[in-house]
Amino acid sequence: MKVGLFVTCLVDLMRPSIGFASLKLLESAGYEVIVPVEQTCCGQPGYNSGDRKAAQALAKKVLAEFARCDYIVVPSGSCGGMIRAHYPELLAEFPELKAQVEAIARRTYELTDFLVNVARVDSVPGQFSGSVTYHDSCSGLRELNIKAQPRALLAKVAGLSVKEMQQPEQCCGFGGTFAVKYGEISSRIADLKCEDVQSAQADALVLGDLGCMLNIEGRLRRRGDKNIRVLHVAEVLAGMTDPVQDADRRTAG
Amino acid sequence: MQVSSNQFKQAASVKLADPNVQKALRNAKGKLVVARSRSILELDNFEEIRDAAARIRDFGLLHMDVLLEEWEKKAVAAGTIVHWAETPQQVNDMVIEIARKHEVRKIIKSKSMLGEETNLNHALETAGLDVRETDLGEYIIQQFGETPSHIIAPAVHKSKDDIADLFALKHGRPRLDDIAALTHEAREILRPHFLDADMGISGANFLVAETGSTMIVTNEGNGRMTTTMPRVHVAITGVEKIVPTLEDISLLLRLLTRSATGQSISNYLSFTTGPKRPGDKDGPGEFHVIIVDAGRTTVLASEIREALRCIRCGACMNHCPVYQNIGGHAYGWVYPGPIGSILTPAYVGIEKAIDLPNASTLCNQCGVVCPVKIPLPDLMRKLREQQVQKNLRPWPERLGLRLWAWTATRPAVYGFLTGIAARLGKWLGGRERLLHRLPAAGSEWTASRDFPAPSGKTFRELYAKHRNKGTR
Ligand code: SF4
Repeated sequence: MKVGLFVTCLVDLMRPSIGFASLKLLESAGYEVIVPVEQTCCGQPGYNSGDRKAAQALAKKVLAEFARCDYIVVPSGSCGGMIRAHYPELLAEFPELKAQVEAIARRTYELTDFLVNVARVDSVPGQFSGSVTYHDSCSGLRELNIKAQPRALLAKVAGLSVKEMQQPEQCCGFGGTFAVKYGEISSRIADLKCEDVQSAQADALVLGDLGCMLNIEGRLRRRGDKNIRVLHVAEVLAGMTDPVQDADRRTAG
Repeated sequence: MQVSSNQFKQAASVKLADPNVQKALRNAKGKLVVARSRSILELDNFEEIRDAAARIRDFGLLHMDVLLEEWEKKAVAAGTIVHWAETPQQVNDMVIEIARKHEVRKIIKSKSMLGEETNLNHALETAGLDVRETDLGEYIIQQFGETPSHIIAPAVHKSKDDIADLFALKHGRPRLDDIAALTHEAREILRPHFLDADMGISGANFLVAETGSTMIVTNEGNGRMTTTMPRVHVAITGVEKIVPTLEDISLLLRLLTRSATGQSISNYLSFTTGPKRPGDKDGPGEFHVIIVDAGRTTVLASEIREALRCIRCGACMNHCPVYQNIGGHAYGWVYPGPIGSILTPAYVGIEKAIDLPNASTLCNQCGVVCPVKIPLPDLMRKLREQQVQKNLRPWPERLGLRLWAWTATRPAVYGFLTGIAARLGKWLGGRERLLHRLPAAGSEWTASRDFPAPSGKTFRELYAKHRNKGTR
């Protein structure tokens, strides 16, 4: 079984450790993982900004790059949702691609969804001493039904306990370009999330989307909270919770 | 109503800085969201009912022409006088003409959002008529000289204290501090107006094709008094409100009140089928219904037609993270929140409401709660596409998207540029690994947030190394 890892443009640029953590999780679940080197972005920024043409060009690129994979796994509910829930509409003008689009939509999984529902892993390599609180990112939650999966996996991490916040499903205010077009509103929405995160009194906030991570962490730090760590669920599950070192160590090893 | 949607950002900023509005919004959010979530538990097949409701609305929209004719036939047979208005201006003119014909001086109104669209109160007052809002929330708003900030709770942005001060000032009575007492006082003030008004104006939640009735859903009883007490009644409503049968209405009602206020059923459901008949205890001597287009049929023929399914419950705004923080006024027209972000550009012109379809995180909380399953984020995205097609986006954004798309389809260039960005970002982030200030569009981010720095090398570089090592 060949699994194609779609790293996502944000992980590529900002935090490669999430990519390596995903690789480790998939490999330790027994899959052969392919990482197409030409990959860039799923097209979502264009799609949500109304630039349909640009989004279509990138969607076709993803289609071609991952054609040989049995599964496509994405460490992001947002990009996973883009491929699964939106590609069919985005590429509806190209009937010749219909079969291909439907196939990729069917075979694409958000990472934790894949590990739980396809790979059915019963253990994960990570360990973590402390408590975490999990934020349900909007696209993952409402487009892909990602809710129980990350929690089920976190429960398998040695030493980890979960402390739920009051409203884990409330949007963090990121919204892609919304965060820079309406920064003030975006930050105010993030404030409510920060308060909820802080009142959960966990050692780390864990979530499955880098965009929301940047937003919540950015607001937490500006509010003066330097303590709570903000980690991607893949990093925690793989036991790679130092983003800089882990990426370097991985390549050195 | 005047359209000020293009001042969205400034208006939102003002609301974010207003502690009274913030307090009122937090209070309302807690109540309405919790009430809805509890009451939908009473329905064990809630999702199926939503599907059925969407189908009923779609059927009504698809067969609008036939159903409206059927409705008209039944309505006329019952003695209703039916008018058809294409524009908001025509609506106001028709109402004024009816008022003139009947030598009306005083009008009582029950809530009508369509009346807000056409700026009806202003037109009537200019024509020398005395107009009184009788819905408590609308009454409060009228006394403040403001516009509603929510479609079912027009005064939701006001606190109890705001209202207590207002009543003391306007009613010239001692200041009251208790909600029940305030409500009682408003009733006392309004009662004589109900008794001596010559004309009543209401909207309609639905038009029932099989009976030729108009129907309103209210909680205070003012709607029933408005439709039955004055000698002339005028109901104004949009073409999209048509529903085939009473059976359909009963299904829609199960969702409407639960989604709106969390009630299993509203206190009043009033159906009006023609004027007072011989032997009836009450009812208007003449009953007029004005059926209004005002942009609806254009929406019907467009790619955002699903927006016309809306039954005006308000759930999408109650659950919207943007609305929850800024309230309704910043949206700048009659309908706020997610549905307003679609209807406003559709009804007043896409160029007059550039921000609205963009001012959403697309979190889809609205789509999840909408009782008639309107895919609100998808429709906002459609409007964003129309803005791009019509060249309505600012040039830096257009340029930015162009550059992004160009590089993202050229992996070598992309890899090179992101490699530089990753290093630069890491260097700038320093030991803290945080960027406090970004240039250009990023400055809007860093005005209120830090930006976590990239870790220094891109995944693609590191992976290439990693693979080389692995295969050696
Ligand atoms: S769009 Fe849906 S949720 Fe919003 S007011 Fe209309 S029916 Fe209610």
